[in-house]
Amino acid sequence: MNNKPFEILNVSDQPAVTRRGVLKAGAGLSLAIAAGPMLSACADKGPVAGTLAPGPFLRIGNDDIVTVISRNSEIGQGTFTGIATLIAEELDADWTKVVVEAAPADPSKYANPGFGPMQGTGGSNAMASSWDQMRQAGAVARAMLVGAAAEQWGVPASEITVSAGVVSHAGKNKSARFGELAGRAAKRAVPKDVALKKPEQYVLIGKDAARVDARAKSTGTALYTQDVKLPDMQVALVIAPPRFGATLKSFDAAAAKAMAGVADVVQFKHSVRDGLAVIAKDYWTAKKAREAVKVEWDESKAYTQGTDQLFAEYKALAAKPGVEAKKIGDVSRAGAARFVEATYEFPYLSHAAMEPLNCVAQITKDGCEIWTGAQLQTMDQMLSAALLGIKPEQVRINTLFAGGSFGRRSNPQSDFVQEAVSIAKAWGTGKPVKLVWSREDDMHGGFYRPAFLHALKAGLDAKGNIVSWEHRIVGQSILEGTPLMPPGAPIDPLSIEGSANLPYDVPNLQVDVHTTKSPVTVQWWRSVGSTHSAYATENFLDEIARATGKDALELRRSLLAKQPRHLAVLNLAAEKAGWGSPLPAGKSRGIAVHECFGSVVAEVAEVSQVAPGKFKVDRVVCGVDCGLVLNPNIVAMQVESSIGLGLGAVMSGQITLKDGKVEQSNFHDYTVMRLNQMPKVDVHFVPGGQKPTGIGEPGLPPVGPAVAGAILKLTGKSLHNLPFTRSGISIV
Amino acid sequence: MTTLDVNGKQLETDASPDTPLLWVLRDSLNLTGTKFGCGMAQCGACTVHAEGVATRSCVLPLSAVEGKKITTIENVSADAAGKAVQDAWIAENVAQCGYCQSGQIMSATALLAKNKAPTDADIDAAMSGNICRCATYVRIRAAIKRAAATLA
Repeated sequence: MNNKPFEILNVSDQPAVTRRGVLKAGAGLSLAIAAGPMLSACADKGPVAGTLAPGPFLRIGNDDIVTVISRNSEIGQGTFTGIATLIAEELDADWTKVVVEAAPADPSKYANPGFGPMQGTGGSNAMASSWDQMRQAGAVARAMLVGAAAEQWGVPASEITVSAGVVSHAGKNKSARFGELAGRAAKRAVPKDVALKKPEQYVLIGKDAARVDARAKSTGTALYTQDVKLPDMQVALVIAPPRFGATLKSFDAAAAKAMAGVADVVQFKHSVRDGLAVIAKDYWTAKKAREAVKVEWDESKAYTQGTDQLFAEYKALAAKPGVEAKKIGDVSRAGAARFVEATYEFPYLSHAAMEPLNCVAQITKDGCEIWTGAQLQTMDQMLSAALLGIKPEQVRINTLFAGGSFGRRSNPQSDFVQEAVSIAKAWGTGKPVKLVWSREDDMHGGFYRPAFLHALKAGLDAKGNIVSWEHRIVGQSILEGTPLMPPGAPIDPLSIEGSANLPYDVPNLQVDVHTTKSPVTVQWWRSVGSTHSAYATENFLDEIARATGKDALELRRSLLAKQPRHLAVLNLAAEKAGWGSPLPAGKSRGIAVHECFGSVVAEVAEVSQVAPGKFKVDRVVCGVDCGLVLNPNIVAMQVESSIGLGLGAVMSGQITLKDGKVEQSNFHDYTVMRLNQMPKVDVHFVPGGQKPTGIGEPGLPPVGPAVAGAILKLTGKSLHNLPFTRSGISIV
Repeated sequence: MTTLDVNGKQLETDASPDTPLLWVLRDSLNLTGTKFGCGMAQCGACTVHAEGVATRSCVLPLSAVEGKKITTIENVSADAAGKAVQDAWIAENVAQCGYCQSGQIMSATALLAKNKAPTDADIDAAMSGNICRCATYVRIRAAIKRAAATLA
């Protein structure tokens, strides 16, 4: 693999430069982030004469630096590298001269084509939505550079070639670097129609370019919200409602306010919740002071139930028909000889990204400025503006690296951003304030993957063929009550994704839904509805295979004749894993396939039983169809990451409530995947894709059912209630 | 005032003696490469070296580290093992969100400083206290082996 690109970003031992960039930002200049001080240094210079900037997505300075401006946030998924690849490819840029910075919040320029008028990152669509737009941006800039060279040298543009940031004319033995042509090129009209490369001309696409952020993130110099320091900035810790739906009744902060280093204790309120903020000179001072605050809550409308009651209620609902989501044929007239049934329970899940949620906000004389790992900038602008009574464009957002998200930072109610803004507003000093949630605050802060119940019933004929498939889903909607709910939709599409579009060819299909309501807030979690629907449908298929004595792979193949992409990844994963070949005693394989975000992934899990109830996942072999593979290494990283997060969730992840209080608080009781539990991962691609489809999430859904299928074969034990620990099964 | 020996420099802080080293580094000494993840020694994001030993700075009070040699991610490359680990991290493209990686690198460096040829079991033992929610574990393991090879 080529790790040479971006070596220019040698930023170790220079953290002070990064901090200077932030201080400058506080003084009103734009904040360059991304790979480090190289970028901050650019920003420090301000606009440079002779810069070519033919649109919002890149600029080329007379120093030869190509600055890519990414409208997609870098939350770990490699987007900055991907966007840079698309632009640099069509530009024929020198990779060592490409740097990336996050775009400002401005939907007029940076809306995500997949999100309508909104700027944001999600739905695994960063590359798919950028494919045409960013290549076009690169090609336009290239054409302008070529035009400038043609004019300067008096030669036809068609005779000019471009390679690695150098424009050349062989006949006249002329060449010039991008920086030498940028000024002249900037004076030319921006062309409308430019030809894009043919796949055989690609230099970067399809290759393993190193990540643009690899060095900054290996030297402690990458800048996250947690690291932001601004003049006069104070740190705020919150005292949040102890139960969902509780509101602040009264408080006594006299003792806290008297403590050295405490600036104030203020009451905040936004559209999600109210509470108190302890504002102090640093985290530790604020943390000690908040323990000294006495608070009384009004819990008359608070949620006081527990998880046991929740699932009892869900089970009762599952006995009754819900709102129809999908119907093929008539399940009641399928003529089944017998039935297989299973009910699945999925708990609430916390995203628990490594960087607990945080946000810096400052109320300024002309609006508000925010520094955070933003992921849904347009919503953050709108809701912050609504809170302050100003216009969305008066809310400036500096998007920083996010220390993980898994969906949490694209909150449709902008809860943590609103919280920082409402604290800054309540404090009323005009000074910047950094809201920092502790891990416990983060884990108790809601917006979980919703708990769901899936009840499935398959009718089989005398030969064991599936003649009917009934699927009832019970759970909370993510979109209901947000501006993102499709108008007039009877069902939240996120509740039924992966279920209503069952890929298997069954003659009679019925999917219906009960949408429940709760003050416990919920949100998308990496791969959204597929986190539970794939597990339910794929594990149920394994139950049918067991009931009919069929092989798990053969059963799937027999039902996927009309799904060539599913078949291709299934066959690829099975072949690479040696499906069907003998295994030593105590070892087994499971398989699952699922489509989401435009991609299809099949995974074979190889599992060993190491002791009663204890299993090791040795290897996961993946067959992946994510269209054109833009950067095989980064795609593999995303699949590995999805497997680690997904396996961690099914093995032990759960947020439970008792008397309305969340029972978990930190990583000792919300246990996640650790290095010793991580399987080997082999990723194989279906070749021939024409353009990229999603890959940030599609690797996640198959891993749980693949592992559960292997354990089912090994032990005969069904794992229908997640996580596995509820069934006395642990992954070691 | 407390004087600390951090990265070979004598640095002064007016933080109270009960302040965890993590917050002294981050808030008082502006060394923000060391990260806050859990505050109870469960995730390893705050790992530094105290007298060469990988230590969770989020539960280590300032009063306990006076006079001890502290090394953070900002200066780990001064050590041969630290440099090899950082280079391997970049070469293997380990980082995704990157937030935990300072702590991962500090733990890996401490491992290689005392064990030049760690087995998978050694890596499990040394690294399983460091959580990575992006699950970069496959590459962390590969990077440690790459670094070990360059140090051999």
